[in-house]
Amino acid sequence: MTEEILNSNWKLRKGLITAARQMTETEKLFEIKLEGRELDHEPGQFVQVEIYGVGEAPISVCSSPTRRGSFELTVRAAGRLTAHMHSLGKGDWVGIRGPFGKPFPVKLMTGNDLLFVAGGLGIAPLRSLINYVIDNRREFGKVDILLGCKTPANMLFGEEVAGWQKRLDVNFSCTIDRTDPDWKGNVGLITSLIPGVHINPEKTFGVVVGPPIMYKFVIAELLKKEIPERQIILSLERHMKCGMGKCGHCQIDHPKNYYCCKDGPTFTYEEVKAAKRF
Amino acid sequence: MNYHILKKSELDWFIKKLSRKMKVCAPVAKGHGSFAFKEVKSAGEIALSYIPTILPPKKYFMPPREKLLDFDLSGGKPSDTAYLEAVKTALFGVHTCDLAGIQCLNMVFAERPRDYNYLLRKESIFIIGLECNAYCDGYASCALVGNHNPNGGYDLFFTDLGDRFILHVGTQKGEELAEGLGLARAVPADMVALAGVRETKKAVFRNEIGVGLRNLPGILAGSVDSEVWKDLGERCVSCGNCTNVCPTCYCFDMADTINLDMKTGSRNRSWDSCQFESFAAVAGGENFRAERAERQRHRFYRKFKYPLNKFYRSFCTGCGRCTRTCMAKISLKDTLKALAAG
Repeated sequence: MTEEILNSNWKLRKGLITAARQMTETEKLFEIKLEGRELDHEPGQFVQVEIYGVGEAPISVCSSPTRRGSFELTVRAAGRLTAHMHSLGKGDWVGIRGPFGKPFPVKLMTGNDLLFVAGGLGIAPLRSLINYVIDNRREFGKVDILLGCKTPANMLFGEEVAGWQKRLDVNFSCTIDRTDPDWKGNVGLITSLIPGVHINPEKTFGVVVGPPIMYKFVIAELLKKEIPERQIILSLERHMKCGMGKCGHCQIDHPKNYYCCKDGPTFTYEEVKAAKRF
Repeated sequence: MNYHILKKSELDWFIKKLSRKMKVCAPVAKGHGSFAFKEVKSAGEIALSYIPTILPPKKYFMPPREKLLDFDLSGGKPSDTAYLEAVKTALFGVHTCDLAGIQCLNMVFAERPRDYNYLLRKESIFIIGLECNAYCDGYASCALVGNHNPNGGYDLFFTDLGDRFILHVGTQKGEELAEGLGLARAVPADMVALAGVRETKKAVFRNEIGVGLRNLPGILAGSVDSEVWKDLGERCVSCGNCTNVCPTCYCFDMADTINLDMKTGSRNRSWDSCQFESFAAVAGGENFRAERAERQRHRFYRKFKYPLNKFYRSFCTGCGRCTRTCMAKISLKDTLKALAAG
């Protein structure tokens, strides 16, 4: 007996790559337009990208839902699927499932000061929130953006970042890990930027996205500033294979049995502080 | 619900009647003391007294490899369709531990977002349970989790009363089959005999580890850094046998297959194991459960801790398969006892 599963959650929406641009040696930016209705995501969510015949990978949406018509993905060539994705360009089709995951708590952030801390590729998911906040600027208090990367050559969204730097309604600081002859800015770890930010802890949300190693140190700095644990927001990385809280790959070693794809990827520090690892 | 009677001498007639309606799968001896569910046409092929089969009946609900999508790239823009291929099947002789395993999977796949491959396939399966009047072997721990007696999950349920089976009807579909075959209703003497079987079992089936199930989540919560995991990690070879044979392990992987025409293909899911080294690794290089000890701990947490909080039930069914199959002789009961002893 064969029957069609009309409401199968495995079915893919069809996405046309409308623009693609190599950003660094390892990162490529894709603009994707979905057939039919829009993606309708919220900042911090991710999609599963299918290259037919190759497979699927979870990728954070790096564009804000306020920028309508299409969405963007920053893809680092790190695994089999993403390496293959780098060979795709304008006019190619991909399959899309999602959006998945719990977004950043933008509604709770309304009226509060925001401190964004992005390390490395962490700027990709955080960019969806930063641009959302910029597009709804009057709904939020003071906005500080701290950005860290290894070298100037690893810097993502360089022009856009330069735009943030010029804005009067956000404070922007940037640092690189290793010094470089052409670099005139800060050198050092991102944690070194935090003490210099003026923070009103009760009304500040600290949003931190970066590699696992970064969290421990940045969180310690934010706690020193007395930001409440539930106002420190993280976005965790795991292998989110199905996106539906079933396949088991992304489960976090935590008493609450979190599936990163469904209960996260964004968590408050209060929620995940008992995790064995970030 | 009603009780019916089937004489043992009529079992072959029953199986043959049933197999005219649908495919019938039952435990069959495979040699070397092993059994497997496979298609049967007569009662003579069925092993009525069997230790848990090599693979649990989950293989019928969630096949080891299953197609999720067919896709076609020939038109430039890709297209895909989801098809379910399922054969109407009766599972005969499912022990109470495995009935519990199916109930666990039902809960998981019915959670939203739903998995319709599983949910639709489930509808094509008719389940006939079979009571264990005594332990299958020393590996089982069904009394610990309360699965030595039936807790639903069947259309019909057989209990051996010596020269006959008493059939408990669990569903309307089960009643229609029993009525359709004209099976006699049980009489009071049969009910007395059934009560006798259950009474005898009370003395036979005892909590196998001497620690209550309800205490296990707390014991596990307090043993995150226990030496027991280190010991397991040193012995485990990460083969994944324990999860493959587990009636409630459902973790999966997905992969694409492209046909030789390079235009059509399929997206498939297959069983995966949290015991494999790369299971929790991400492409960027981090591995969130790189150590065997962490992965073994994770397996126990997923049986005795997480699901008790989330689904209000143990995801260990007490079948004993993981211990029976383990090449490193990691024993589920001994591990729990060691953890409880602190």
